[in-house]
Amino acid sequence: MMRWKIGERAARVAAALVLAIGMIGVLVGVSPAWAEERFITVASTTSTQNSGLFDKILPAFTAASGIEVRVVAVGTGQAIRLAERGDADVLLVHHKPSEEKFVTDGFGVRRFDVMYNDFVIVGPTADPAGIRGLNDAPAALARIAAAGQPFASRADDSGTHKLELELWKKAGVDVKAASGTWYRETGSGMGATLNTASGLDAYAITDRGTWLSFNNKGTLAIMVEGDKALFNQYGVILVNPARHQHVKAKDGQAFVDWLISAPGQAAINAYTINGEPLFFANAGKLGS
Amino acid sequence: MSDLADAFAAAAMLIWSLDQDLVGIVLLSLRVTLTAMAIAAVIGLPLGGALAVFRFPGRSAILITINALMGLPPVVVGLIVYLVLSRAGPLGALGLLFTPAAMILAQAVLITPIIAALSCQTISGLWEEYREQLQSFAARRSDALATLLWEGRIALLTALLAGFGRASAEVGAVMIVGGNIDHVTRVMTTTIALETSKGNLSLALGLGIILISLAMGVAGGTYALKLAAERQRSA
Amino acid sequence: MTGLTDPASAAPAILPLGLEGLVFAAGGKTLIKGITATLSAGSRSIVLGPNGAGKTLLLRLCHGLIPPTGGHIVWKGAAGADPGLRQAMVFQRPVMLRRSVAANVDYALRLRDLARADRQQRIEDVLTATGLRRFATQPARLLSVGEQQKLALARAWALRPDVLFLDEPTASLDPAATRAVEEIILRIDAGGTKIIMSTHDLAQARRLANEVLFLHRGRLCEQTPAPVFFTAPRTAEAGYFLEGKLFPQLRRINP
Repeated sequence: MMRWKIGERAARVAAALVLAIGMIGVLVGVSPAWAEERFITVASTTSTQNSGLFDKILPAFTAASGIEVRVVAVGTGQAIRLAERGDADVLLVHHKPSEEKFVTDGFGVRRFDVMYNDFVIVGPTADPAGIRGLNDAPAALARIAAAGQPFASRADDSGTHKLELELWKKAGVDVKAASGTWYRETGSGMGATLNTASGLDAYAITDRGTWLSFNNKGTLAIMVEGDKALFNQYGVILVNPARHQHVKAKDGQAFVDWLISAPGQAAINAYTINGEPLFFANAGKLGS
Repeated sequence: MSDLADAFAAAAMLIWSLDQDLVGIVLLSLRVTLTAMAIAAVIGLPLGGALAVFRFPGRSAILITINALMGLPPVVVGLIVYLVLSRAGPLGALGLLFTPAAMILAQAVLITPIIAALSCQTISGLWEEYREQLQSFAARRSDALATLLWEGRIALLTALLAGFGRASAEVGAVMIVGGNIDHVTRVMTTTIALETSKGNLSLALGLGIILISLAMGVAGGTYALKLAAERQRSA
Repeated sequence: MTGLTDPASAAPAILPLGLEGLVFAAGGKTLIKGITATLSAGSRSIVLGPNGAGKTLLLRLCHGLIPPTGGHIVWKGAAGADPGLRQAMVFQRPVMLRRSVAANVDYALRLRDLARADRQQRIEDVLTATGLRRFATQPARLLSVGEQQKLALARAWALRPDVLFLDEPTASLDPAATRAVEEIILRIDAGGTKIIMSTHDLAQARRLANEVLFLHRGRLCEQTPAPVFFTAPRTAEAGYFLEGKLFPQLRRINP
């Protein structure tokens, strides 16, 4: 009897089996239903993420509690929508009116102050609009508009963007009409907008945290700072478990508690770049 | 130009030091895309083949739809999958959002039309060639389909490669459904996007160089396989 | 090699094949214009005619590859069994699967749900009988055209069909390969399989035919025993064809 390769079908069946087993193995390894880690999901903003704060303080919380914190960093608007849909356990953003609405609408349990930093206006060192050293932010913006100098706006419904629009309103400038001329709406996160500003030698408003850790400054430098209107308050809210049963209320509350109490606050204050702190812990000081 | 030089230097540094984070990100990227490709193959290859071999009402409509879906923007796929997997969505109870499983699902949805359309094209060509002989053997259409999928294995491998390439290069879908969570759902493309947004352009470009090298490795390996198979066939 | 010289199968043969007013039209043209004939076991039937006469079409219709537009194809001996399983066909250009020589034969046999031992025995038998045994493990596509055609024959032979259709099987082969193929055809015939073959090669027809079905422009002009056909054909068209003349009423060679 001669031997020949008639095992094609057998080979095919074997290959299909191996593939199937491999896939099941991969999916098992990847599926969360069988994951044993204890974790919470925090919806926060890209600017907070990009500042590097989470990389610094979260390990301390995990070490103390055994709870892993998974941060989904998107724009403030998207973070709030995420939390409303129940896709996160905790919300940590920086736009108080939106946060308070989140709670009154029943999506969140209670809002707490966590920390603040400030916004600054950055621009090219040549400063063609002549705003350097001013501590009146709306006035500075008015000068930029009058000079027709390029300004890069996030234009993405984020906390930063909403604050920027309030300042333009105080300055009495209609930026909608100027869109596409000197007023450039990038529709993107803080880092991407700063990249654009750097590339265009344009002015922009940014939070100090992102600015300090941003590595593509080009010719940009801080022009205006210190105005109370540039104050940026961060708030943390536990997503309402009455609204979404699956929310990890216990672990989420543990995180909120840690953040607004001594260990969390100390960790926040300890985060510096070149010796300069990016955020200032202020839980309970101004009242919530 | 100095950015480019910095980029190569950054890439070299990361590879040389076998940076732990980088290794993790590369492995996750491969796992996600290869699994998505496997799922898309299991669905797309027989689907494309069936469209080539069977005739039924609505066949043209399905063919046109699949070909059109090849151009689905990844970010749109990501958005749709997000809405489905979100807690507020129909499959929210599965808890798949912000996990690698969600990313695999999104990428599988993205590349199944590509694999199905290319598979249909390949199998159609083979069907022309083999049809009468297979009919003569009294093979059922389903037998013929299985046979043609095997006969066309080299060309179908190229179709799989096309799917792999599309999936490994996209960032929109995995960003939305994965959330770019550090050590959990952060892959090559989302890392590049993140580093870019932080202004770390050289690092981002360095990662891009690594990503391109990986893709070239896969494509080159498959090309070599193809050449070897053709050489064997025509000796 | 007892398996190859036994009668085709234990079941009764599906023959005779009856064609009743067979018509085939496509693209607005009628290509087969009402053919009525009976083909019975025990003789090699050669379908002869000029290019475009409809030889290939007729074979494909009989084998069931395309449905007729009108008329009937009746396998009078089939008695409810599926006649498709008792036939095989070899085409002008062999269609080889991308696998070994032996696996090609095995593929056809596996479609008939035969046990592994039976399959292996039949493969061994046909490959030996067609002189292809030494190529058994080689990729079929690496064989020469002549050897591939022999493999196509072996593959069909292994099925032990009641009827074997062949559509100009040696049209692409050199004289040596042609002779080898013809010899195999004769042996398949000796084993009890009905041969229905088309050709435009007169010399081949003379060598192989027991009866001739002469086709011209989609019509069956005559069905005549071979010795009679080649010496004194009944129809004028057949006469012209045998003399190699152009048909007088045509201005073009191919209708």
